[in-house]
Formats: sequence, C-alpha cells, structure tokens
Amino acid sequence: MKKLLSLIPLILITITVCAQRPDRSVPPALGKAKNLQLPPIQRFTLSNGIQVLLMEKHSVPMIQINTLLQTGAFDDPVGKEGLSNFVMDLVDEGAGSLDALQLADEIEFLGASITSYSGNFSSGINCTVPVSKLDPALKIMGELMLHPTFAEGEIDRVRKLKLTGLLQNYDEPTVIATRAFNKFLYDAGTPYGRFANEQSIKSFTKEDVVKYHQANFVVGNTTLLVVGDITREKMIPVLEKYLASCKTGNITKASKPVPSQIKGRPMYIIDKPGAAQSVIRIGRIGVPRSAPDHDAMVVMNTILGGSFASRLNTNLREVHGYSYGASSGFTFWNVPGPFVASSSVQTDVTGLALGEFFTEFKNMIAPLPDADLTRGKNYEALGYAGNFESNNGIAAALAELVLYQLPDSYFNTYVEKILTVDKKSVEAASKKYIVPDNMLVVVVGDRAKIEEGVKKLNLGKIQNLTIEDILGKKPEFK
Amino acid sequence: MVPYEQFTLPNGLNVILHKDNTIPRATVNVWYHVGSGSEKPKRTGFAHLFEHILFEGSQHVPEGKFDEWLEAAGANNNGSTMEDRTNYYEEIPSNAIELALFLESDRMGFLKPSLKPTTVDGQRDVVKNERRQSYENRPYGKANLELPALLYPKDHPYSWPVIGSMEDLSAASYDDVVNFFSTYYVPGNASISIAGDIDLAETRKSIEKWFSDVPAGKPVTKIDPPAPVLTEEKRIVMEDNVQLPRLTMVWLAPPIFQPGNAELDLVSSLLTRGKNSRLYKRLVYDLQIAQSVSSFQDSKKFASEFYITVTARQGVTLSQLEKVVQEEIDKLKKEEPQQREVERIVNQFESGFVAQLESSGNKADQLNHYYYYTGNPDYFNEDFQRFKAVSRNDLSAAVRQYLKDDARIVMSIVPTGKTELAAKNK
Repeated sequence: MKKLLSLIPLILITITVCAQRPDRSVPPALGKAKNLQLPPIQRFTLSNGIQVLLMEKHSVPMIQINTLLQTGAFDDPVGKEGLSNFVMDLVDEGAGSLDALQLADEIEFLGASITSYSGNFSSGINCTVPVSKLDPALKIMGELMLHPTFAEGEIDRVRKLKLTGLLQNYDEPTVIATRAFNKFLYDAGTPYGRFANEQSIKSFTKEDVVKYHQANFVVGNTTLLVVGDITREKMIPVLEKYLASCKTGNITKASKPVPSQIKGRPMYIIDKPGAAQSVIRIGRIGVPRSAPDHDAMVVMNTILGGSFASRLNTNLREVHGYSYGASSGFTFWNVPGPFVASSSVQTDVTGLALGEFFTEFKNMIAPLPDADLTRGKNYEALGYAGNFESNNGIAAALAELVLYQLPDSYFNTYVEKILTVDKKSVEAASKKYIVPDNMLVVVVGDRAKIEEGVKKLNLGKIQNLTIEDILGKKPEFK
Repeated sequence: MVPYEQFTLPNGLNVILHKDNTIPRATVNVWYHVGSGSEKPKRTGFAHLFEHILFEGSQHVPEGKFDEWLEAAGANNNGSTMEDRTNYYEEIPSNAIELALFLESDRMGFLKPSLKPTTVDGQRDVVKNERRQSYENRPYGKANLELPALLYPKDHPYSWPVIGSMEDLSAASYDDVVNFFSTYYVPGNASISIAGDIDLAETRKSIEKWFSDVPAGKPVTKIDPPAPVLTEEKRIVMEDNVQLPRLTMVWLAPPIFQPGNAELDLVSSLLTRGKNSRLYKRLVYDLQIAQSVSSFQDSKKFASEFYITVTARQGVTLSQLEKVVQEEIDKLKKEEPQQREVERIVNQFESGFVAQLESSGNKADQLNHYYYYTGNPDYFNEDFQRFKAVSRNDLSAAVRQYLKDDARIVMSIVPTGKTELAAKNK
C-alpha cells in the first residue's frame, strides 16, 4: 500500500506535462501497411552460359555472391550418403596454387568470408565481401569452384572430422529425434530418410570426390545470385574474369521418387536414460512447393504452430507449462516434404504433452475464428519484408526463386496473395493435411519414466528402440 | 556512423531514434538497466523469470494479447536477460509503431494491476523448462551452471548463473515480483531506441504521447561491487553423459570498454578464429587431437570472462590438450604475434562492423548497448577504433597480464566413469 500511495503525486505531475493522456482502453488503430517494393531482379547470362540474378542494394558497402548448385544430399547414391556434404566441405581445403591454410588466410585478410554448404536438394559456395575487395575475393571464389585440389591429406583429415561428428550425434537428443523421424517417415527406397553413416564416410575416395566435382560444377547446374552495393555493369567483367572458364554442360539427374504417405499412427520411443526432457516429433508427409494451396497451408500452419501465439505454443507452454516452446512447420521441396510438430517437454509430463498435441490437431478441424485467420495472415504477410533486410536474406530468397521456378514478380506480390487467402481454403488445408489418425510419433527420452504415460494415451502401438537402432553402432576409426 | 536523435522525457526515460528506410519495418528496443546481478540472495534467476512475466499482459493488455496483437500487425517480439541488463524488442512493420509503443509503455507504467500469483506460477514452469532445454538436456550444458560460483567470490553479482537454480525459481513469490517491478522497472532506469523506417518528428510525438504518463518512480540504487580477483588455479572435474571429453579454461578479465578489453577480443580471434588461428591450427588442423576449439570474451560492466573450450578426439586425454593450449599461450606471452595475423583479424572485425549495420534490429540494440556502457549511443566508430589502435606488443602484454597460470579455472568434463581423461595437475 505504501508503494502505491507514493506514486500518486508523480502521476499528477505527469498529467500536467502531457496535455492529453492517451486512450489505453483499446489498442491504437494502425494505418495502412506500406507495400513491399523491392528493386528489380536483373537477370543476365555470362559468356559461358551461367545464369546470374542480381539485385542492387546500396545501404552498406558489402556484396553477397552466392553460387547455387541444384544438387544436394538427396542426390547422393545409396552407399555414398554424405558425399555432397563431404565434397562441399573440401572445396576450400586447397585450390589453385594455394593450400588450405593459405586460402583461409587470403580470404580472411580481405575481410571477406567464403563458406560452402550442402543442403538436401542444393549446395553452394557463398561469398560476403566489402565492395573494395570484390576482385581479389572473386578470384579466390573462382579457384574454389573451378580448381579445388582435393589433396589426399585433406580428404583424410575431413573424413575424421565427419566420423567424430557422427559420434557426437549420440549426445544430441534433437539430432537423434530428427534422424529417427525422417527414417520412419520415408520408405527406405527414397533418399529422404537416409543420412551419412560410418560405412559411407569411410568409403569416399579421392576419385568419388573428383568425379562429383566434375559432374556438378558445370554451367547447367550453376546459378549465381548477387546482392548488394554493386551494379550489373560493374559486376559482369569481374564474373567474366574469374568464372568464365566454368565447364559447360548439364547434369543428368534421376527424377526424385514421390514418397508414399505413412500408414496408421506408428509410435517410437527412443531411450535416452536420465534425459531431463523428452524430445517430441510428430508429423506426416506434406506437399511439394508447387502445391496450389501453398499459401493457405502457410497461413494454416501459422495458426497451428508457426508463431509464438500459435495454438501449440499457447497450449504446451502458456497454458500447461510443459515446455519452453512448441511449434510446427511444413518443409516444401520439389517433392512432398515433411510436416512436423515438435517440442522438448519435461520428462514427467511426456504423455500429457503428447495428448495436447493431438488435442490441437483435432481442434484444427473446427470452424476457424476470424481473429485466428486475420492474425495468421497478417503475421505471415506483413512480416515478409523482414526477409529482405540483409544481402544474405535477399540472396536466400533469390535461391528459392531458382529452386522452385517462381516468377520474378513473386516477392512483390506475395504480401497481397497471403492477405487474400480466404477462410474456406485455410479450413480445407487443415482437414486435408492435419490428419490426427495418420501421424508418425517419435519421442527421445527416458523410457523408464515416460513409457507408461505415453501408453495411457492409446495412440497406437509403441515400438521401443535404442539410440543405436537409429544412429547405428558408434563409429570406430584411428 | 549511425546518426541518431536523443532526448529524455520528464519522467527520466531516455529515448534514441535512428532513421533507416531500407525496408518498411522498424525495431522498438527497450533496455532496463537491471539484470541478474541485482538479484537478492536465494532468488537467483529472478530477473529472467520477471522478464517472462512482462509478456503476460498489463493493465490495458489482457493476458495473451501482447503477442496476439503484435502478430496480427505482422510483428515479432522477444526479450533477453543478462547479468547487467534486460532487453525487450518488437520488430514491426512501420505502420505499427504506435502499437509497440502502447504495449511497451503499458507494461512499463501499468503492470501492477495485472499481476497475479498464477501468472508467476505459469512462467515459473516455463522457465524451469527453459533451464532443462538449454542446460540440463544439452551435452556439456550443466557445467556452464557451475562456472560463476567458481570464478567470483560469494555475493559478487556475477557469482550465480542468469538462469538461476531450480530451488530459487521455486521460491520466487508474487511479492518478489511486485517489489522488483517497483524498484527497477522505472523510466529513469530504462532506455528506448527505435531504428528503421520512421519519421523522426512523428515518432518523438508518439513517444511523448505514450510514455509521458508512466510514473517516474524512485531513483534506482546501482550496485557497485568490488573488482573480483581470482587468486589461484582451480581444477574441476565433472562427469556428463557425453562421448568426448571437453576442456574449458576461464580467466577473469577487465570490464567492457576498459583497457585490456579490446586486446582480449583480438587475442580470442588470434587463438581460435579461422584455420590459421593458433589453437585451431595446432589442435585441430596439425595434430588432429581436438574435434573443435573455440574462445570468446564475455564482456560485462564489472568484469569480463575469457573462455577457451576444446573438445577432444576419441582416445585423447584433456592433459594432452591442455599442454598444447598452454604452449600456445606461453608463446604469445614471449613473442609478439605477426603483423599479418593481427591485420587479418582487424580486417575481419572491420567487415563485421559494417555488415551489422544492415539490420535495424541490431542497430536499435547496439544504440542502447553503447548508451548503457559508454553514454554515447553512436559509439560504433570509437568501438572499432579501439581494435585498430592495439599494437602487437599490447597483445602479448595482455596475454601476460590476464591469462595467468595461477588465476584461472581449468574444468574437465569427461564421459561418466572416465575421470582418467581429465586434465591432471602438472
């Protein structure tokens, strides 16, 4: 009481300062959101045929140059899982006349960074460089792309890093959960549930690496994405100078198998004795990026588990306190990617938490309240501009354009498209894609403490597994 | 480097505005100059628990609406708690600035009527799960909870972890929440910065509109602990459910922006940034006895901490790793680093300074950061010049002065039952 009284004189003073106290009875009305109007996407072709997409952005004196290859982990042949990732890790371990250490020194000295990565369907080399160092940085990037050394010593060294990485996966419940989820979601005949393993990593030879590089670093498989403080006129000569000798040619890729939907409601508990939380993954196979109801699905997922105020997070975190957070998401590929809902929940409420996921899945079938629809649409549409604040973010968006063959008008029209999604299509997407009777459930946790609670839910037959059942035996190597 | 407008409201609130029209968005960022360092005994973790409660509604914002309204406007928001400060931010489309200001001002001025014991209970469970997720269920995570008490004397504000203990989180009461709010969440102890697609004059008017009726409250008594000193080497062995042993070495270092602070940031890069860095090259690249090595300086108001962390390869003992780390530290103490390697690091720092200016959210937070620690919001250039001014000799001197053998923590985390892998006494 004393504290409250002591505030009264101060409140009086502030009233005299502020002529008009604001009306706090309702949140302030918002003006119209500004349109997102990005600079144009400039497309051109180098003399050897490499396609380039460029967007000017002059806010800071930096440039982002990304090489995008349309091959990735899911193109790795059976028995060579992890090869794409292995090769991309090796491209900066020596190239042209420079060894791995010299290369790193030269790049860093420029204040630049050049990193390589391998994703599921794509891979690439990304360069971030101050405008003043564009020429020397691109010279090095060209060497990485076109003349990597692949020295035996480096191959052997990176192999040991990878094998040790496999061993470290045994400590990571979230990695184990994701591996298990993909393994049981996709049939063994598809590449989508496979991952690098001891045998495959040990099998990589220099010949494998060189062949992969020769086959994939060709004009027909390569797109350049350039964003930043540069013009097309200034960029073309530098690209011609260092990348024009990229081999022409196309890649021949087997068409990707379409995965079949999971049947029933298979459940797996993977035992991690002593775990303080249980890592949960629940889901099924979704749709490809080209699905006509993509936008409705995005809005639907935002409502279910795509934001903080979403139903899953509100239920598991705010209402029940079972977890620090819960979410869901569709991954869109050129083939149907996974839908997955996930959380880490405290061990002693694992069964109850699983039950709440299914409660929310079932609730998605009910008619959608207007407030949920508006929030879902606005969150996705009006938040979209945030993706275009950095060179890096824009380059990532351009990569999506290339990988999913979206039109150049896509970014500037997306906001309006999402805002015009109607309720019927979101409700239809819920019914079609959130099917509670047909979900895969994976839990990584302390089996002795969680199994009974999970059984009580009667969701389906539980299969008990060990971490080794998912990751294989621990790798051995010298 | 970042032009800004600054003013103070009669109730004491500091305001910093910066215009950047790159995209039609802006960030509202509020720093309260209180963190876990101001917690009372037996209430560790409280400042962070309180941060959670600030999202649960205020007098004119019913529970749940804070996030719902922001999301319906296309905004993201979050907050974070450290030893020295707590921050909150909204990343918003530029038409929604009024909404963010309404929400921030309501919880700054009108939180109390909405506080309920049940809210505290709900967020207590959430925070305990945050602790489980971020520390207990993460490999090597539990060790981080032990380090503060080893580094600092009992009662020093940095001698307990920000996340707090489960016991203290259980004990936090409704009264604690009310008192903490009245004591620390007053406008004179806060700073709001807005960066992005704004009109400066209009935004100033909006700030005056929404924050002028926030009561000033009482002045905050600042903590002022004596400088901590480590007087011995403490060797600790912990077991964890992990595959590979890990060595962590920690030293105390000078406070942020004080002499020695920039030097040690550079030393950290010299040791572990890039393939040519001293420790990476020897441990991971040449000898291949480590899977990874990292180092960093956690810079804070009353003291900083310098960390080196090395994870062993299979079959390698932490004594083997420690021997090499020690050799490299000793070498830096004796010989100045090469011109080329120092320039390389400074060039990387320079690009980092430029690249961070792409993000309004980052700029808003940095303006508040610099204001809090230096009094000058646009300290970007001064901050970078510190690194340019360091000589090679300064670096060796800093290593000699601060990375001492007889004043540090040497922590071994080994797979359960394998204490023979720990770093042994020399």
